[in-house]
Amino acid sequence: MIADLGFFGLLTAFLLALYGCAAALYGHWQRSPRWVASARAATLLTFPLLTLSALSLVYSLIDLDFQIEYVASVTSRSMPLYLRATALWGGQAGSLLFWSWLMSAFAAAVMLRDWRRDRDFQPWVILVCLATLAFFLAMVLFFENPFVRLWQGITGTVWTALWQPGGALPYIPRDGNGLNPLLRHPGMIIHPPMLYLGFVSFVIPFAFAIAALVTGRSDDRWIRVTRRWTLVAWLFLSLGLLLGSRWAYDVLGWGGYWGWDPVEIAAFMPWLTGTAFLHSVMIQEKRGLFKHWNLLLVILTYDLVIFGTFLTRSGVLSSVHAFAQSAIGPLFFLFISVTLAVSLALLSRRWQALKSDVEMTSLLSREALFLLNNFLFVSILVICFLGVIFPLASEILTGQQITVGPIYYESATRPLWAALLLLMGVAPLSAWRASTARTLGRAIWKPLLGSVLVAAIMLLNGIRQPGALLGLWLCAYVVLVTSYEFWRGAQARQAKGENFALALWRLVARNRRRYGGYIIHVGVVLIAIGIIGIEFFQQETQGRLAIGEQLQASDYAIEYVSLAEFQSADGRLVDRAVVNVYRDGVFVRELYPRQDFYMESQQPMTIPGLHSTWETDVYVLLVSWEPITGGSATFKMYVNPLVSWVWLGGFVFIVGTLVAAWPNREMQAVELQARSRARGLPLKAR
Amino acid sequence: MSSKTSSKLASSGTGRSKFLIGGLLILAAVVYLIISSTAVGAQFFFTVDELLLRGPDAVGKPARIAGAVLGDSIRYDSDTLTLSFTIVHTPADTQLINDEGGLAAALDTAVADPSRNRLEIVYIGVKPDLLRHAAEAIVSGELGEDGVFHANELLLRCPTRYEEALPGQAEG
Repeated sequence: MIADLGFFGLLTAFLLALYGCAAALYGHWQRSPRWVASARAATLLTFPLLTLSALSLVYSLIDLDFQIEYVASVTSRSMPLYLRATALWGGQAGSLLFWSWLMSAFAAAVMLRDWRRDRDFQPWVILVCLATLAFFLAMVLFFENPFVRLWQGITGTVWTALWQPGGALPYIPRDGNGLNPLLRHPGMIIHPPMLYLGFVSFVIPFAFAIAALVTGRSDDRWIRVTRRWTLVAWLFLSLGLLLGSRWAYDVLGWGGYWGWDPVEIAAFMPWLTGTAFLHSVMIQEKRGLFKHWNLLLVILTYDLVIFGTFLTRSGVLSSVHAFAQSAIGPLFFLFISVTLAVSLALLSRRWQALKSDVEMTSLLSREALFLLNNFLFVSILVICFLGVIFPLASEILTGQQITVGPIYYESATRPLWAALLLLMGVAPLSAWRASTARTLGRAIWKPLLGSVLVAAIMLLNGIRQPGALLGLWLCAYVVLVTSYEFWRGAQARQAKGENFALALWRLVARNRRRYGGYIIHVGVVLIAIGIIGIEFFQQETQGRLAIGEQLQASDYAIEYVSLAEFQSADGRLVDRAVVNVYRDGVFVRELYPRQDFYMESQQPMTIPGLHSTWETDVYVLLVSWEPITGGSATFKMYVNPLVSWVWLGGFVFIVGTLVAAWPNREMQAVELQARSRARGLPLKAR
Repeated sequence: MSSKTSSKLASSGTGRSKFLIGGLLILAAVVYLIISSTAVGAQFFFTVDELLLRGPDAVGKPARIAGAVLGDSIRYDSDTLTLSFTIVHTPADTQLINDEGGLAAALDTAVADPSRNRLEIVYIGVKPDLLRHAAEAIVSGELGEDGVFHANELLLRCPTRYEEALPGQAEG
């Protein structure tokens, strides 16, 4: 019953999406605002319909309606309420429905904006949003329907169908498969929706870009309209990636957070183009350069988002064997190819009209450094993409699959990350249009000197690895340059009689985008410090300990105290060890590394004991133990310096993005200024 | 707002070549990075059959092998953290896997078929939670003289849909 309602919502939304595409096209063709208004109404309507659909699936999940195949495959009786509800995105069918629902929400939200200045964009934005939505809904309806039910014939065979086939009776399994225990972690519960929010919001800038291409508007209007969408998309994508890393660190039990797995890379690639895009649009706004490039980046981001959605759920690449196991694989590739081809064709048609009227002249100008930044991000993208398709390409070319592991990604991208760090410390000091080595040098020498001092102190403190020293020196340098920028800006305001705190506050408030960006840079540096810490200074050891025995790594020691085994109410057999942590012989705290055995799925899950400080994480795994007596147990211990800085950096990063994206009271003024600039009036000094 | 025509395109020749040279230099550096990293990070991906077919040639060369785990063969020495188990050949071809009824069925077929080639794996580290009978193991490492495959990386996948989304479990 409820499922029928959900299916009805799905089907109607699909038909409306198709209708909306047609109406938008027809309205544009006939120059009829009424048809466009009708397409807009269709777009708005898809949202409540898909909300209905998603809610009815959530209801069925909570209600444990096991006759629905999807419910039976992702939930089980022992799962708590919140896990049942969030199982909406626990499997492929539900994920695709959830994706579609988000798409309709964003499309509807865009429809509610004030369109007076961009009437000509509207039909095309509708078309792009609804065509994307229709594609996903078609996948859900025809290939991965979450409302399909189980039926049993007289002979006992069970099959799936939407409605009762003749002679069959409903088949209701006694219990469902349940969610894999490894995925039952708060980070993993909110990680997919964050990633999807990021993915889906990137569709909006793409839609406006296509609208600009079709209508031939070659100014930066589409960028201005979608600036905040892009930032929000990027924020969610970053959050999704961070949460995924945190989950890996907490759950997967190898003391790391990022494994260069194809699925991770699939989510990372749109982030790379998105980051490049966020930087290069500033150049178009300020200087009217890079118009082709920005369009290309947003097109790439869109198709990488579709690619990423497909990969993260389908398991296509995590399975090196089973390429395109389900029918939706080829269709996804078809959709990506078609959208890419059409977008690129549109871009080439407008190529001439988009030529910039200015040229870059100085290699050290800010725009040139931004270009370099973009080049680096795209290079990292290319490295990632090559790595992901390497097995496929090598099989086609040589008949033998060759894969590349984490080492490939690490050694290829490391110098590029370092170069990006360096750029973060140079570009903010460079001037638009032209900088010379001398002007740049004058701005740089103070923070440079400071950072060399910091590096010297680190050297004296016993840090000897050249890579780590270089990395930490760069981090120090960027932090100093960035603080210097804040200080310089605030000083200028102080001269007008404001006290320092107020001056700093107003400085940021009046230039949110710029200083928000700097705060993001600081966040990135903090993350980099954490990564350097774990990459260069991680220590690990392992051993079997009798009660009272110790294991030593770095300054830390752990001592095995006791082990207890008990059964939990939700069907786990828990073996929990008590371990004392000592630092330089001084007791710090107790840790409880444990292993949960999920009876229902016969799946063990290792949960680390974690002692986390700003300096170091002590990460202890219970590997095995002597049954019943617990007289001895085997532990694996990692000492991960500075890894907390990754999470702190993530937090700073979010704050910075929020500052940059916060609605601006002076928006209007900025827009006016921008318009005068677009008319070719001289730039005001910054 | 109308688009603007390009006016100063042909003007500054030296400015262009400056950027061109800079760009080419960076491009060359990136290409070098990719090639040199591929040389370090690339591994042949074999099935058990393919590895055994190469015989002594395969000894000591980095490779990556996939196969189905035999549950009875799993041994774990918690003193030395030495994990050993046997994997059974599974086909690499999608078509063959589909003929056997999908990945789950293909793995079940493999572990039930005593006539297939097998390979013993040794891995030192924490025993992954997902290691169990008829799971798919993907190991990276090299074949030793003794015919045992010494893995330094061990990934596992259990072929239900929800577990497919899981990234790697263990790394060493």
